[in-house]
Amino acid sequence: MQNWMNAYSWVNIRFLLQGLEITILISVISVLLSFIIGSVLGIIRYSKIRYVSKIVGVIIDVIRNLPLLLIIFFVYFGLPAFGFKPDTIPAAILAMTVFESMMIAEIIRSGIMAVDIGQMEASRSMGMTYIQAMWHVVLPQAYKKMIPAMVSQFISLIKDTSLATIIVVPELMQHGQVVYGQNPNYIIPVFVMMALMYFVVCYALSLLSKYIDHKMA
Amino acid sequence: MINLLTHNWNSFITGFGWTVLSSVLALFFSLIIGSLVAILEVLPNKFFRIIGKIYVEIFRNIPLLVITMFFYLVIPLYVVKINGFTAGTIGLTIYTSAFIAETVRAGINSVDIGQMEAARSQGMTFWQAMRYIVLPQAFKLVIPPLGNQFVNLVKNSSVLAFVAGFDLMYQGNAIASQTFDTVNTYLIVGLFYLIITLPISYYMQYLERKLA
Repeated sequence: MQNWMNAYSWVNIRFLLQGLEITILISVISVLLSFIIGSVLGIIRYSKIRYVSKIVGVIIDVIRNLPLLLIIFFVYFGLPAFGFKPDTIPAAILAMTVFESMMIAEIIRSGIMAVDIGQMEASRSMGMTYIQAMWHVVLPQAYKKMIPAMVSQFISLIKDTSLATIIVVPELMQHGQVVYGQNPNYIIPVFVMMALMYFVVCYALSLLSKYIDHKMA
Repeated sequence: MINLLTHNWNSFITGFGWTVLSSVLALFFSLIIGSLVAILEVLPNKFFRIIGKIYVEIFRNIPLLVITMFFYLVIPLYVVKINGFTAGTIGLTIYTSAFIAETVRAGINSVDIGQMEAARSQGMTFWQAMRYIVLPQAFKLVIPPLGNQFVNLVKNSSVLAFVAGFDLMYQGNAIASQTFDTVNTYLIVGLFYLIITLPISYYMQYLERKLA
């Protein structure tokens, strides 16, 4: 029999909530870093700078098409061979950032492409430089268009942090495993609670994205 | 790197095979389940629509790993003993089916409502109209997003490594821990994944541009 009462003791719930805290911490730091790096890469790829854009494009496509789990392994077990040995949480943040930056770069690029080319041409003919036109005219419109895609990428990032449990990052999934590891009768209650915690965070974000999208339209 | 590849060729190829098998099986079943759920979501009956919506929202907002581990640990407890490959493929199927349902539903909704009305007024039942008129048009629209789902599915199949599912990632870990050559092993594993994912994702980009 599954022991729901004991599984949901305050000590266990608090332990899971501490895991959720780390999950959110890793997700927020990674998404902020990826947003900056991804924006730069996306704009470079869009801008058709000779050679540079092509190379950036290949890097983006290659990393986007690899499993995140592989990147986590590579960062945690592969990088020490180059003399760089990150701790578990920084390793998770690094792996997430590398992967998410490429995903966000693609979102940014398609967001910019969705802005009418006439906007850029008009700004340039008003005497703005390419960078000014990008910064003041094109990007604000592009960012508005990609809010839904950004939020759903953030949601998948939160879900993907669970993969970091394999390098023993103390996030929600890892803490869940610790709790049900004590007693096989805790398995179902703990899974239900973990699923609920992930669900609440992710679903709230998806509602928020719908609300923003609705308000902008 | 070449040495590592030739020495462990059998392991890599076996892992590659299991990864492809798991992805194809999960794609097949999640296409069926996803389409059924998508149809539930567009039925006139409100009760079915809510059921479909709940299915999609639940499995879209829970990590794949949680779903997979749940099946891996709970099914043997109460139903039958299953291996990691089966549990992993079930988890992949359920997770992916929620995304496919969302994609197919968007496809159905983008088919002009007049198509359904015209088919119904010709004397077709709702199911006939769905099967012969609406779904074929919807599927044409959703081929590029479905292709991208398949790419995600192949990448996601790496969670099989958590449940000893014999897949590429699992074999890669085994080789890495035997040879201590983590960098080259993971690079080779990455190449094997790219063999499947890159061509599909480029082809889908091409299709998207052609259809747009």
